[in-house]
Amino acid sequence: MGAENIIDVEHVSMRFNLAQEKTETLKEYLVKLAKHTLSFNEFYALKDVSFSVKPGESVALIGRNGSGKSTMLKVIAGVMYPTTGTVTVRGDIAPMIELGAGFDLDLTARENVYLNGAVLGYDRAYMEEHFKNIIDFAELWDFVDVPVKNFSSGMVARLGFAIATEVSAPLLVVDEVLSVGDFMFQQKCHDRLNKMLEQGTTLLFVSHDSGLVKSLCKRAVWLDHGVKRGDGPSEEVCNAYEAAMRAGEM
Amino acid sequence: MQGTQHEQLERSWGHFKKYKPLVKELVSRDLKVKYRRSFLGYVWSVLNPLLMMLLQSLIFSFMFRNDIPNFPLYLICGNTLFTFFNESTNMGLTSIIFNGTLIKKVYIPKFIFPLSRVVSSFVTMWFSFAAILLVMVFTRAPFYWTILLCWVPLLFLFLFSCGMAMALSALTVYFRDMQHLYSILTLGWMYATPLFYPLEQLPAFMQRLMKFNPMYHYVNMFRNLVMYGNIPGPNTWFACIVSAVGMMAIGLVVFRKLQRNFILYI
Repeated sequence: MGAENIIDVEHVSMRFNLAQEKTETLKEYLVKLAKHTLSFNEFYALKDVSFSVKPGESVALIGRNGSGKSTMLKVIAGVMYPTTGTVTVRGDIAPMIELGAGFDLDLTARENVYLNGAVLGYDRAYMEEHFKNIIDFAELWDFVDVPVKNFSSGMVARLGFAIATEVSAPLLVVDEVLSVGDFMFQQKCHDRLNKMLEQGTTLLFVSHDSGLVKSLCKRAVWLDHGVKRGDGPSEEVCNAYEAAMRAGEM
Repeated sequence: MQGTQHEQLERSWGHFKKYKPLVKELVSRDLKVKYRRSFLGYVWSVLNPLLMMLLQSLIFSFMFRNDIPNFPLYLICGNTLFTFFNESTNMGLTSIIFNGTLIKKVYIPKFIFPLSRVVSSFVTMWFSFAAILLVMVFTRAPFYWTILLCWVPLLFLFLFSCGMAMALSALTVYFRDMQHLYSILTLGWMYATPLFYPLEQLPAFMQRLMKFNPMYHYVNMFRNLVMYGNIPGPNTWFACIVSAVGMMAIGLVVFRKLQRNFILYI
């Protein structure tokens, strides 16, 4: 647990109370009370997960749907608090869990660049400096003053990706980003992420696509039903993951 | 202990500085979206209180008699303050649940949302202040130097509304019924504040009760400064400061206590 790690995840567990979340109205509550089904239905999305990430590393979280990957990201981004255990993040973080989170659909692309930049903690002057690069990369010069609600989903994703990767945070957290956009743009994103990695950005990447993980990340952490099942070079972990998938055991 | 507390304070301040641009952007978004595609745009912020005042003066001058001097000005002063309070707290109330998608995906200090809503209403209110000046010119009301102090009650009201908005936004995450309940509450509150009737018209026991209505004190201070050229006495100052700071403290405590589990309920 040296101080040089950029992320330290120590014995993190995340418990959800399913029954409690489902009872929303008084009527539901009374019905459940009468039926004696108001029991605590505990569910662990993460069970005692520990790992750490060093600066400049590219780490992927892999696992099937519902294995706790996104919950892990949310805990790291500081959006959720773990039930037990601690997460320490050193340094600024560009916690874009989903591209374009923070867009206001009624505003234009130009206004959204500033809004989204502010969401990530950058002021107008900083964003103005990078505005040209962002729109260049997103290839949206023809639509700069069009409200985002008229954009296609691919265009929104392009803009989101361009903003998140243009601002220079030492740690980039991304969730399934490359599944949107056409092939050409995916290639472009891929190149840009690789360039950022060369410049020393730390990347935390979530995917269930092991092919993509292998090409982008050096290390992978495999989560299975909230438990860490593997941690090591992405090639090895991904192969083990694929083998398990093929065996149909999950 | 003191060290950590100091550190925490420093961190909060750092946060605040880092996210100041966000407050600015959210406020400008609110203002832009509010009048987007409406023909008159920002003019509505001035026109709306004027028309409201006209309508109410007609109703209350002809249907119910009253002998308040310069009734239009009396009305618009009270209305401007109450409209700000009403709008900011109602928008603040839904600010957390409406920004749920953002809160789920990006780490942002959550108090930013109710705060930015109150700030945007505060900005709109200054447009309405232009309407007050217009009414003063049209009714040939005297201008006193004390009007330069009119920002003081507005500042108290701002703090009060911030506290209210924070507490309400946090509670609404857990009890969605707040939305419906609160609109009734503000309606009752409006009638319980002397906006279109003079305090003296009420029975004695209600006049005493009025001392516990913070809105009355803000409106009263504002009218004294703008309409009558008086600086109110120490009792009014005391009531204003205590209610504003008290509500802000309550709002902060409630919000801090409840914000941890927002994510599980939005």
